[in-house]
Amino acid sequence: MNSNGTPNEKFTFTDRDKVEKILSQYPDKKSATLPLLHLAQSEKGYISGTVINTVGGLVDCHPAVVMDCVSFYTMFYTKPHGRHIIQVCQTLSCSLNGADALVDCVENKYGIKPGETSEDDRFTLMKVECLGSCGTAPVVQINKDYHEGLSPEKFDDLLESLP
Amino acid sequence: MNSFKPVLTEHIHEQECHTLSFYKSVDGYSALEKVLKMDPKKVIQEVKDSNLRGRGGAGFSTGVKWGFIPKDSPKPTYLVNNADESEPGTFKDRLLMNKAPHQMLEGMIIAAYAIGCQTAFIYIRGEFYKEYQLLEKVMAEAYENNLLGQNILGSNYSLNVVIHRGAGAYICGEETGLIESLEGKRGWPRIKPPFPAIEGYLQCPTIVNNVETLSCLPHIINRGADWFKSIGPEKGPGPRLFCISGRVNNPGVFEEPMGISLNNLIFDRAGGIPDGKNLKAVFPGGSSSAILTAEEALDVNMDFDELVEKGSMLGSAGVIVMDETVDMVQACLNIARFYAHESCGQCTPCREGTAWLVKMLTRLVNGSGTPTDIDMIFEITDNIGGLIDFSKGSFGKTICPFGEAVAWPVRSFVEKFKDEFLKYLPQEKVIA
Repeated sequence: MNSNGTPNEKFTFTDRDKVEKILSQYPDKKSATLPLLHLAQSEKGYISGTVINTVGGLVDCHPAVVMDCVSFYTMFYTKPHGRHIIQVCQTLSCSLNGADALVDCVENKYGIKPGETSEDDRFTLMKVECLGSCGTAPVVQINKDYHEGLSPEKFDDLLESLP
Repeated sequence: MNSFKPVLTEHIHEQECHTLSFYKSVDGYSALEKVLKMDPKKVIQEVKDSNLRGRGGAGFSTGVKWGFIPKDSPKPTYLVNNADESEPGTFKDRLLMNKAPHQMLEGMIIAAYAIGCQTAFIYIRGEFYKEYQLLEKVMAEAYENNLLGQNILGSNYSLNVVIHRGAGAYICGEETGLIESLEGKRGWPRIKPPFPAIEGYLQCPTIVNNVETLSCLPHIINRGADWFKSIGPEKGPGPRLFCISGRVNNPGVFEEPMGISLNNLIFDRAGGIPDGKNLKAVFPGGSSSAILTAEEALDVNMDFDELVEKGSMLGSAGVIVMDETVDMVQACLNIARFYAHESCGQCTPCREGTAWLVKMLTRLVNGSGTPTDIDMIFEITDNIGGLIDFSKGSFGKTICPFGEAVAWPVRSFVEKFKDEFLKYLPQEKVIA
């Protein structure tokens, strides 16, 4: 067992070329930590203990040091989520323009509260802080895409369209 | 002022404005060609003379910042383009990246040349994935056309640019937090001095400049420092991207000269307030600025120094408009919650204080507040970030300015709308 409580197994990156490219871009290996974690998460869906072991090996850091970094950033998930991660911005401009109604939409229709995943693993709902798109409030990020200027009706149609 | 023509956003409505071929068709990279024949010292002097001040929030002189780079340091020098736009109410850098990425890149190459940097980074906030993908394409185009890489445009100058994605942390917009994050660590700000220009990324001299700041550079080189200085107030001149959001008819990014009146921005550019409601309060410079009452807001120009005189700041020029229907206690709680969530946890006054503010404001909203809560909120804000009064200079209770960034707005809500806070107290507890 290592410090983060997982067996000393390693995750294998699918895109080895990308790993090499990332490592070669920085004058210092440790700087590659965030991009490697992003890549691992895009391949595996979340940051597992095995990912932490592998990334630690690649950047010459103890897994605990990598874990320390992972735990700081909200975009790194340490457990699996639904297929569509719905992130509703709740900061002031979105809040003033109806963000709460969007959260209600998901809660009422799919029976999940912020932080929860639907039983069919289709949706995970999250409330997040400022997404930097206040001029088109309210804004929701679903996986990598922004959806701006949403009304509850438009949002409902959008959710319906997702597999 | 009526004669002002947008500079940074002049072409954003054209199709394909993000491409290299379009940018070249509007004289793009001509400033770079000029700069590559100049002495770097002259470039720094030109930018100093222009009085360009940083567009990220702090408003520090860009040329002076560059001048802090040690002469003849044996270490490499780094440039970081701060594209971690996360200040609530601010959404201009995203526009510039989407619509004028080559303008930003040209500015970066000019800055890098001036400070003698061979490796530069773009630290882009992790959520901006579409923009990240676009920038990858832009960089590839630039390398193919010898605008990046070895011997740029046949000169002796070489530069590589690396795009680095953040991962969801507001504090990484603070320049030393950003540098720590770039080094693969938690984005915990560093104690200053040493400033990044002396010891930044990997303990090497590093300059961190905002996207909009860098985007100004090609224009300063092409049209000269005097032209730039002639736009708006001389001490903080230039075109500025004002972001207007909240309760307005026509929210968006508006490029105007520095020093435009806030009244003009809200009621003319952003089309005023919906449903004929009245203005109640405004954040003039992102959520870290102290709010202005309607009366104050209608009588202020968007100028660095004037806003400081009025007890607030221009910050990132993110204007959030609140109308008479907005509950000031709820709005204050919303902002306090943002800061509690984003506090990096390094300094005790901020880590504990922001959580306390949220607890107390939540309690107040839920009808369980006590009469001493108002004073307690003041006490906590003082403990986190000192007083709003700049002349008293009560700064520095935390390592970075985040402490002030939460204390100023929260305190301003309570000071300026105290009646609304008192109304939330259960009646039997109000002592006459």
